[in-house]
Amino acid sequence: MDNTILEMRNITKTFPGVKALENVNLKVRQGEIHALVGENGAGKSTLMKVLSGVYPAGTYDGDIVYEGDVRHFKALKDSEEIGIVIIHQELALVPLLSIAENIFLGNEVAQNGIIKWQEAFKRTKELLSKVGLKESPETLVTDIGVGKQQLVEIAKALSKSVKLLILDEPTASLNEKDSDALLDLLIEFRNQGLTSIIITHKLNEVRKVADQITVLRDGMTVKSLDCQTEEISEDIIIKNMVGRELADRYPPRSVPIGETILEVKNWNAFHQHHRDRQVLHDINVTVRKGEVVGIAGLMGAGRTEFAMSLFGKSYGHKIHGDVSMHGKPVDVSTVRKAIDAGLAYVTEDRKHLGLVLGENIVHNTTLANLAGVSKATVIDTIKESKIASEYRSKLRIRSSSIFQETVNLSGGNQQKVVLSKWLFSDPDVLILDEPTRGIDVGAKYEIYTIINQLAADGKGVLMISSEMPELLGTCDRIYVMNEGRIVAELPKGEASQETIMRAIMRSGEKKQ
Amino acid sequence: MTPVNPSATEESNVVSVADYIRANIREYGMLIALVAIMVFFQFYTGGILFKPVNLTNLVLQNSFIVIMALGMLLVIVAGHIDLSVGSIVAFVGAVAAIMTVNWQMNFVLAGILCLVIGGAIGAAQGYWIAYHRIPAFIVTLAGMLVFRGLTLFVLGGKNIGPFPKDFQVISTGFLPGEMIDIAGIPLHSTSLVLTVLGTVVLFYLAWRRRKVNESHGIDVEPYGFFIAQNVIISLAILFLGFQLSTYKGLPNVLVVMLVLIAAYTFVTRRTTIGRRIYAMGGNEKATKLSGINTERLSFYTFVNMGVLAGLAGMIIAARLNSATPKAGVGFELDVIAACFIGGASASGGVGKITGAVIGAFIMGVMNNGMSIVGLGIDFQQMVKGLVLLAAVFFDVYNKNKG
Repeated sequence: MDNTILEMRNITKTFPGVKALENVNLKVRQGEIHALVGENGAGKSTLMKVLSGVYPAGTYDGDIVYEGDVRHFKALKDSEEIGIVIIHQELALVPLLSIAENIFLGNEVAQNGIIKWQEAFKRTKELLSKVGLKESPETLVTDIGVGKQQLVEIAKALSKSVKLLILDEPTASLNEKDSDALLDLLIEFRNQGLTSIIITHKLNEVRKVADQITVLRDGMTVKSLDCQTEEISEDIIIKNMVGRELADRYPPRSVPIGETILEVKNWNAFHQHHRDRQVLHDINVTVRKGEVVGIAGLMGAGRTEFAMSLFGKSYGHKIHGDVSMHGKPVDVSTVRKAIDAGLAYVTEDRKHLGLVLGENIVHNTTLANLAGVSKATVIDTIKESKIASEYRSKLRIRSSSIFQETVNLSGGNQQKVVLSKWLFSDPDVLILDEPTRGIDVGAKYEIYTIINQLAADGKGVLMISSEMPELLGTCDRIYVMNEGRIVAELPKGEASQETIMRAIMRSGEKKQ
Repeated sequence: MTPVNPSATEESNVVSVADYIRANIREYGMLIALVAIMVFFQFYTGGILFKPVNLTNLVLQNSFIVIMALGMLLVIVAGHIDLSVGSIVAFVGAVAAIMTVNWQMNFVLAGILCLVIGGAIGAAQGYWIAYHRIPAFIVTLAGMLVFRGLTLFVLGGKNIGPFPKDFQVISTGFLPGEMIDIAGIPLHSTSLVLTVLGTVVLFYLAWRRRKVNESHGIDVEPYGFFIAQNVIISLAILFLGFQLSTYKGLPNVLVVMLVLIAAYTFVTRRTTIGRRIYAMGGNEKATKLSGINTERLSFYTFVNMGVLAGLAGMIIAARLNSATPKAGVGFELDVIAACFIGGASASGGVGKITGAVIGAFIMGVMNNGMSIVGLGIDFQQMVKGLVLLAAVFFDVYNKNKG
């Protein structure tokens, strides 16, 4: 085993009351891309924190063998010194500093405390060209997209002469194109001899780049799969992750579709800050009773902007267009009016826009419909608790009690609390924006089941998603959006990944 | 990795004493600190602190801080701050003096006008904060300067006083009632009856709350602990009420203050307005996207703060019996400190009325005790500053540990 760069042996890590990792083994070969997969809470991030020294030696049992020696990292910088660099899911860049400043933050190109800018810019340029970025080193990080920020993080890792690069869900917030570019870059680095560990929920990515896969479940190593010696299908990975066969990733559904509930006509809006830039052009959308309608598109296509501008003008300005519910025109100019008209918007950003994280499940559940639990502004706390309990069991929210603060819930359970809030506001049409982003396979299935139940209850669902298989698996009809326009409308029978992509590409060509 | 409860329905909903105290460590910690500080000064001052006349003074000196702390707590929970309250106090006091002394206006009308002026000042500041998104720190810093300046202007740099007797009553008067003799001790009848009545009502409310919670499976503390805790609280209230009754009875401001504390506790705990303010302070964007008019909510918390500062302004002016340009200097800091000592979070969304009241009394008892023992203003300031730091450190420490 001379080509093993890293071996983690029998790692056990306990938190008060919880065994997060139990005898986990991980073996990474020099120069490979190693995928670490598992459901949320399986212990992937904990394992990487042990590896990088965030949890210092002594707080866990087991050995870390790196380049043949047993290592005891006391802090993050100990592991960085010998070439282990971790890039976290939430990017650690300072938005208002330039790319160059970010890359050399804490590691400045300086002499006696005085920064040598020319040198720093030159080295930044070299690093950026390695990751395929053409931005100027002086560009502020806030001015480039998330995809490029991810690349800046990688450039930063390269500046530290990285030998083992760990990426925690690097593509979670990237669109397909940026994801592909990132993965191609990883493959290129592998060919140059860099070893990387990638944590991801997206199995097609695993299939694309991984040389070896380690599956964790409930804090234990379930399986190591070698992609070079055997053919690994997504089903095998899923089976190992959840410990059961997922016969169908999307629950079946047959709901009769009724009359039109929501109709949006000629919807236009301009950018929130760049006030003369039109972001939405003449959008027409309908949602019928019992129907799940998808909106597909690349990131930046204007899908979230459309949903938020529709929901009480929460985005954009100079918004105009007609909205009717059940054939009657309605006023949706404030969030309150939109809710009263029967709309609900489940945000893509549950931590910032969906939940009050410091508050418990009860308070979050009733926030959008306090009138439903109060008389003359006095809250009936008993009724409120009952309602929260109902949704907790109905949506199978896993928590110690309904009084648990939502900040302590896992992503999937947080999403269910946001859903509870909007279900309790009793809308006719729910707009779901990336409802399964960042949550694990098992919880996704539960969310799809909830969506089906909503349709069966006679509600309309408008679902925005960047995962095309998800849209294809759950929707009755799919709108394709590109550059602020609806460029195609595909019924279930005609929709496929190819037809959606073709619609996007063709609309791009037409303009040129 | 969230530990999952096997089944929530089977377990008993009586939590252990240790768990209960841990969950409520902030309130108990501060309450114990307050009691400890009181006991310390009681001995250190040779028994002066709990003397009826001193207790009465303590109430008269601190009522306005407590009253303003109620409004400030809402402002802080909403995620803002108000630095202007000291200047509002001075300005409203000055206006009150001009109306009642110079113009000889009826004191009721003058009182109402003062509250309206306080509210209008709050509205003027709240407008910029809520609707133009100018940070509250800046708007109220401006307000602090503007209204201090206005006070100087309307008073022409002079004091105005004394106030008519009717006006002084709000601040220096006591509840009406006969002195009666019980076992040879002269006691103020109304005050004694109200104290006993208040204790019984509080005990009953606590008991009813527990019953309701129990019947709906909400966690409650062990029975013995519940009884012991409420008996101690009742005895403390009875003791304080009794002490006050042996002097002149309950001061009017105490009654005003207690009614306001009860009202604001109810508003924050049980009403939709209270809930929305906490939600807004916790996450403004999520609250706005839940259909709540956060601008209006911010605006009204400042109007409310203004009204309470107006009330405090009248109480202070009446207590000093003159309006002076120097009234209320530095009060904003005492009020803000009371909220933070009481557990409010500077980033919003966290804090309780009871906490702010306890915080205000911790400051008040320290002021009073240190003055009695003759500690200079220099040391008083240092001690108060360190207590504030220690209380917030206690908060942060607990949070990180938990």
